[in-house]
Amino acid sequence: MAGSNPNAKPMNLTLKVWRQKNRNSEGKIVDYQVKDISPDMSFLEMLDVLNEDLLHRGEEPVAFDHDCREGICGSCNLFINGRAHGPEKGTTTCQLHMRKFSDGDTITIEPWRANSFPVNKDLSVDRSAFDRIIQAGGYISINTGGTPDANEIPIPKEISDRAFEAATCIGCGACVAACKNASAMLFVSAKVSQLALLPQGHVERKSRVENMVAQMDKEGFGACTNIGSCAAECPVGISLENIAILNREFLAAKATSNNLS
Amino acid sequence: MFPDSKIPEGPIGEKWDKHKFDVKLVNPANKRKYDIIIVGTGLAGASAAASLAELGYNVKAFSFHDSPRRAHSIAAQGGINAAKNYQNDGDSVFRLFYDTVKGGDYRSREANVYRLAQVSVNIIDQCVAQGVPFAREYGGLLANRSFGGAQVSRTFYARGQTGQQLLLGAYSALSRQIAYGKVKMYTRSEMLDLVVVDGKARGIVTRNLITGDIETHAAHAVILATGGYGNVFYLSTNAKYCNVTAAWRAHKKGAFFANPCFTQIHPTCIPVSGDYQSKLTLMSESLRNDGRVWVPKEKSVAERLRKGEIRVADIKEADRDYFLERKYPAFGNLVPRDVASRNAKLMCDEGRGVGSTGLAVYLDFADSIKRNGADWVAAKYGNLFEMYEKITGENPYELPMRIYPAVHYTMGGLWVDYNLQTTVPGLYAAGECNFSDHGANRLGASALMQGLADGYFVIPYTIGDYLAKTPPTPVTTQDPAFAEAEAGVRARIDQLMSINGTRTPTEFHKALGHIMWEYCGMARSAEGLRHAKAEIQKLKREFWSDLKVVGVNADLNQTLESAGRVADFIELGELMVDDALDRNESCGGHFREEYQTPEGEALRNDDDYAYVAAWEYQGENQPEKLNKEELQFENVKLTQRSYK
Amino acid sequence: MSWISKTFSSSIGRKIIVAITGLFLCSFLVVHLIGNLQLFKHDDGVAFNIYSHFMGTNPVIRTVEWVLLLGFGFHIYEAWALFSRNRSARSVAYVSNHSEQNSRWQSRNMSLLGTIILVFLLVHLYNFFYRARFGELDPDINNNDDLYTLVVSSFHQWWYVALYVLAQVALCYHLLHGFKSAFQTLGLNHRKYTPAIEVIGYAFSIIVCLGFAIMPLYFFFFTNEQGEPLSAVAPLVDSINLALK
Repeated sequence: MAGSNPNAKPMNLTLKVWRQKNRNSEGKIVDYQVKDISPDMSFLEMLDVLNEDLLHRGEEPVAFDHDCREGICGSCNLFINGRAHGPEKGTTTCQLHMRKFSDGDTITIEPWRANSFPVNKDLSVDRSAFDRIIQAGGYISINTGGTPDANEIPIPKEISDRAFEAATCIGCGACVAACKNASAMLFVSAKVSQLALLPQGHVERKSRVENMVAQMDKEGFGACTNIGSCAAECPVGISLENIAILNREFLAAKATSNNLS
Repeated sequence: MFPDSKIPEGPIGEKWDKHKFDVKLVNPANKRKYDIIIVGTGLAGASAAASLAELGYNVKAFSFHDSPRRAHSIAAQGGINAAKNYQNDGDSVFRLFYDTVKGGDYRSREANVYRLAQVSVNIIDQCVAQGVPFAREYGGLLANRSFGGAQVSRTFYARGQTGQQLLLGAYSALSRQIAYGKVKMYTRSEMLDLVVVDGKARGIVTRNLITGDIETHAAHAVILATGGYGNVFYLSTNAKYCNVTAAWRAHKKGAFFANPCFTQIHPTCIPVSGDYQSKLTLMSESLRNDGRVWVPKEKSVAERLRKGEIRVADIKEADRDYFLERKYPAFGNLVPRDVASRNAKLMCDEGRGVGSTGLAVYLDFADSIKRNGADWVAAKYGNLFEMYEKITGENPYELPMRIYPAVHYTMGGLWVDYNLQTTVPGLYAAGECNFSDHGANRLGASALMQGLADGYFVIPYTIGDYLAKTPPTPVTTQDPAFAEAEAGVRARIDQLMSINGTRTPTEFHKALGHIMWEYCGMARSAEGLRHAKAEIQKLKREFWSDLKVVGVNADLNQTLESAGRVADFIELGELMVDDALDRNESCGGHFREEYQTPEGEALRNDDDYAYVAAWEYQGENQPEKLNKEELQFENVKLTQRSYK
Repeated sequence: MSWISKTFSSSIGRKIIVAITGLFLCSFLVVHLIGNLQLFKHDDGVAFNIYSHFMGTNPVIRTVEWVLLLGFGFHIYEAWALFSRNRSARSVAYVSNHSEQNSRWQSRNMSLLGTIILVFLLVHLYNFFYRARFGELDPDINNNDDLYTLVVSSFHQWWYVALYVLAQVALCYHLLHGFKSAFQTLGLNHRKYTPAIEVIGYAFSIIVCLGFAIMPLYFFFFTNEQGEPLSAVAPLVDSINLALK
């Protein structure tokens, strides 16, 4: 309180930050010192302090993606001390607070690393591959208007809740970043299983999974080998069960769809 | 003469149907000959882009995010209202309409609000068909909850992530059209100016945020769906990138800006913890359904609490003041946002605030946990409680939450007529970016409703009326107006880059926020506002002489982006102050200290101020011209709002 | 039939092949282990040699052998294909990576484990399979090839025993991940059954590998060069054999 802990002492930290001019240049780790960091700061507020400091010294601030700073937009994406979104389970970078660190710590900060997520600059990466996967089929093909009454199709609460759990994916890419194989299966499976669980999604379930998996492969993501890092690092707790559902949907679609290509 | 608001004739219940028949249609074969630019792909923008592309128009959609899925609509927690009356508790289109006009403190347009209530039912159908996993009852039908300011349960929700689910629904519809090639999506692309040709909106100038490239784009019509301007206060619940630039550029090109001083302060946010604070986090107001708001009865007790001499548990039930329940027995903790916010401020002004800063009140779940069990509370609010604990380090199952009001939503915005067209022909505004439906105060769960109503069910009809009167000849960026606008954008960037002063954009932004919050926040006075105006003008001069931006334009340069946005916020801030000064009454989110009842409630002045204040840009450093759209109330009786 | 090749060259398709072949190889492990238990029959290898003769000559088994070869072949090839795809999905490595905090070592190192097993397999095949099938082994008293004697003598070479045991440890870790992973890949994840699959997978991995590892260890430490139990353990072996009868 300023925040919660009146006894919390300000911290001095060493940051090892990945700096990279743009997509085509080589990057490297650069060391910075930050002083008087309050434990009640968020991780990004700590980076704000660094950036203001750099700016005053006439140096270019560290570019990083962020927006809502409340853990829902999925913009923030830092690989902190060898972990996607840092050490706290179920937490996005923006919701990570400095009370998880101690005075004198050295913190390594890197961008997501996957060939499908090229670096824009410093810590900012291009995750448009995710958008293209959704464009390949992550929707229900209905136009605006002409839809039946919302209560026309009852959906068991349990099914609806499971679909919701899958639908909470924020598209941050931590699954890809954490995966040894840079696989996007958890992301893809969350959308596939959300729509496969709901009756509204049944109409297109075969073509959807076929097209989304094809696009996922085309984007150059690695293949899933069931390591489980993705689910362990997912800030919103998307479960591995979704990947099983994706596998099942894929197998069933390939075995039974009329698609010969 | 004020531009026509184009409200259709006839009884309120028939206006929209009649209007839909009266508007001109574009022949299906001709639709593909029209290009439409949509700036912003949140709820309103994405839903409009998808719907217009489905109709056959060519859409170019722009977002400064890396993906449309990042728009701040995603952060809306509580829910979306719809007059479905699934709960059999007496809801109806008319009641939703009535509640919204009343909740807006009678400063909104009846016809627009009625239409909003009408199409609300279609929104729910649409979203369910898209696969939005709304909460359901065990029987498989949709669940509802009641939400701040309403006495019926009409709010549809998806746990505490309704905005996310609705945005992802709209995003999926948009993605489908991108895949079909009907929408061309430009991400990381920020609109920096509007291009007006022969008095009509014909295109935009954008900056590619990765490469710094300045581009021009032409179209037959332009829709702005760029959200609200709450970040003028620096600290708000808005996302960091939320800004007014697109709307402000349009304003400077002729679009009137309406009711800019109408800003909503949300009562349940996590309090500020230090100077480094970069944003504030909202806790859904659904928490007020089960949490009880209180402060210590005695100032001395509050003081000892702040110093850490006593703990919350040491304060006996009899020594707690559940001030909302005491003052408003009928609505209790569920009074509208402005009332709840102002009362929290009053308590803190009296010295009874809690937390080390004294700028917080308690939101206590102890009774609810005792009554229903911790599991029940967790099932309902689990994710909010987790978020609170992550940010504050305190466990809200054991200690009451500390909350304080924060800027949350801006009811003001670009003035639009019934068709959502601004005063620039061919320029439309949808969602929070326009002023249309919420009057002086927005009810909970109505923002999502309005964004989707505009995008799915209003603009697709009304824009056809304009396009049908526009020849379907190809548009290009050849007109000199494009080159001129582009040159203006380049010159401004060069200017920002070349000041080479000592203060960062964030420092200016914080300074502006401080002025706005202090003098144009929860309580305003003529004296304070006049002081604020002078301060803002001073800040503006300092900005343009002492700004520091490093790096180059031809690169991802977040400092440069921020500088341009802060420059626009400073100008908007001044207009907000002008607007607040003009409005000599208290209504909704606008509370003027001079105008209150003896009990300290807002005192409206319907005789003199039942109008929309639409400001017209007059040129650099010139006072803006006030245009008044008188509001007619034919279906709702103007009463002093009472929640007692 | 491009849909078939496309299906099985997709990332999930390859994984499915690895899973199916993996489970098939698990079934082979069971058969192999049960057969090899004949080694412990205290009869100078008569039963073991009958068993190996049967395995080497029965037409059904000889046919299944080809299936087994294909099983290995696909398992190895597809796993290799996935491995190389996955390696090329991230060309710049993290400076700091603490994946041990979010996953198990064996799950991240299936290729390494598989390679160890493959090396062992080649040695193992050369030493026993190749020499039994194509080499000249002396006949036993039933005129069957005396593979038993070869096994016993191999299991008295320390390096062979060490390789054998190391390979079983690798196999055990490979199975700890692979067994349950195969079910996940085939989409067989259910909150009712998955916990059981995990327990069975653990038990399977440990029992099977322990069973295989005990063989060389037993002969190395507890028998003489002819496979006779050393006098210190003979009574114990006798009583176990009696109990098994």
